[in-house]
Amino acid sequence: MLKQLSSREKRVLGIFSFVLPLLIWCAVSYLPFVWHPQMLITEAGDVDYFQPGMRVGRDVFESEYEAAKSAGKAVPAGVPANPIYLPAPDQVFTAFYTAFTMPPEARDAPRLHQSLWHSVQVIFCGFAISSAIGVPLGILCGAVARVSRLSEPFIEFFRYLPAPAFGALAVAILGIYDGPKVAIIVIGTLFQQVLIVANTTRKLDFALIEAALTLGTRNAKLLSRVVIPGILPDLYRDQRILLGWAWTYLIVAELIGTTSGITWFITQQARYQHFPNVYAAIFLIGIIGLGTDMVLAALGRRLFPWDRPTAKG
Amino acid sequence: MDQIVNAPKALPSYLDQTPAVRDRFGRLKNREVILRVDGLGKTFSSRQGTTVALRNISFQTHRREFLVIVGPSGCGKSTLIRILAGLDMQTGGQVLLEGKPVAGPGRDRGMVFQGYTLFPWLTVKKNVMFGLEVNGAGTSQAESEALQWLQLIGLEKFTEAYPHQLSGGMKQRVAIARALATQPRILLMDEPFGALDAQTRCRMQAHLLEIWRKIDVTIVFITHDLDEAIYLADRILVMKAHPGEVQELIEVPVPRPRDPDQFISDSFLATKARLEEMIYSAHGEAEEEEEAYPMVARLTAVGDDVE
Repeated sequence: MLKQLSSREKRVLGIFSFVLPLLIWCAVSYLPFVWHPQMLITEAGDVDYFQPGMRVGRDVFESEYEAAKSAGKAVPAGVPANPIYLPAPDQVFTAFYTAFTMPPEARDAPRLHQSLWHSVQVIFCGFAISSAIGVPLGILCGAVARVSRLSEPFIEFFRYLPAPAFGALAVAILGIYDGPKVAIIVIGTLFQQVLIVANTTRKLDFALIEAALTLGTRNAKLLSRVVIPGILPDLYRDQRILLGWAWTYLIVAELIGTTSGITWFITQQARYQHFPNVYAAIFLIGIIGLGTDMVLAALGRRLFPWDRPTAKG
Repeated sequence: MDQIVNAPKALPSYLDQTPAVRDRFGRLKNREVILRVDGLGKTFSSRQGTTVALRNISFQTHRREFLVIVGPSGCGKSTLIRILAGLDMQTGGQVLLEGKPVAGPGRDRGMVFQGYTLFPWLTVKKNVMFGLEVNGAGTSQAESEALQWLQLIGLEKFTEAYPHQLSGGMKQRVAIARALATQPRILLMDEPFGALDAQTRCRMQAHLLEIWRKIDVTIVFITHDLDEAIYLADRILVMKAHPGEVQELIEVPVPRPRDPDQFISDSFLATKARLEEMIYSAHGEAEEEEEAYPMVARLTAVGDDVE
């Protein structure tokens, strides 16, 4: 089933995995006979509540059209349209572009990239705090059975508590600004992190530890010179996955206390029905996430030249 | 290939030694005792009860002796060498290295494992430097010593390579250099060439003898390959299974220096015949516990025969 693909084939398929959803989106947006459940009024005619630019359901439009026609009044005109919450690709692309080039309509409102930068800082802070505790604790759990038995049962319990459940508590303790948001990301990441890192540490080939023991390696040096370098490539992969999880906690975290960052941007734009901006912001999160991961993956290949999962031995 | 027992010519006894060989063993036994194993026992306790893996193992090796341990599978030879290395604890008796009891692993006993255990994140040179550095040698000193060891095993061109770039034989040569770099009193080798192809294995055996000749080290070597055992050993410790016990300590009558041509010499064949006799008779007992392999049902058309 899982046959090896050539790198060219992989690249082409990878591009298509993005092109296919885009094509579907284009079809739904640009082909009037696909979906388009509404009519965008271009001329109101004599229908008193129609206005140009208004969207009405197709059945409503048709009954009003027939009614006007049979009454001998001016008939309304319109084009098939999708609901306002599904903008076309070009609208989203334009919104994406103008978000960076044009000042926002509301004065003093933060621009898209400023909102995003704030979010990135919250994520980074949360992930750094979580890693500062989670990685060392995870390695200790994996390497020392007593530490593992002492901490893992509780962590196992705690990780089932949904991080957003701590929102109100976090606000009470840490105020309404960035404090509780960082805390939610830490709570959402840390407990998984300890367990994943501990598991990675336990997977280290025990024969390597025995070889180091017969060479006279002891305690702390065993940890610093064998366990840690031995798990480093896997630990790095774990951290990449965990960073992705931290991103998924972002929106919930930013809703806590005063809404901030990219979430504030998204909710604000949605309130004014600027849906192309909403999509642009959501896609930007995806682009940042995937971009970071690809950069980190490339960096990993350079950092760990010995790590060749295909040629183990 | 093991049917030489039926060779037409009567073989001499494996106990017969030429004066030169006897003289050599005399000198060997006059050298100080490095390793002394006294009444060593190991029992594993599990829910099903206790299993005796080793019972009352006693032997001693002298400085610069090449001791090979052979025995049928399940005789506990790996457990024995792991206890010698300090990786497992015995449940009875003791191991004395130069008179001092062994407790836990240490740099005075180097070990080469069957699986490749080079540190994959270190280059060949750094692998060899590892033992020196963790024992407090400075980087420059460790580096110059490591380079000497790499020269000795003929891998000086691969100092900056990573283990995954080496062949199996090369990896084991580096593992030997790494184990020897801390200058252990004994080198323990647990079927180190077991995973190599026949040709590489043959070259590695000759290379190991060459290293052993030039360095003050005692080697304890485990194998299940009887040719390898006779080719390498001064003495062979033959074990039997269930429980693991010493059956005999054989002095190999094949003169040194050894050479692959000796594989068909009388003294070699006599020793091999004796080993086979001991190991296969022990094997017979073991096989009673194992099920016979099933007859395979015919899955080809009648008449479509290969033999």
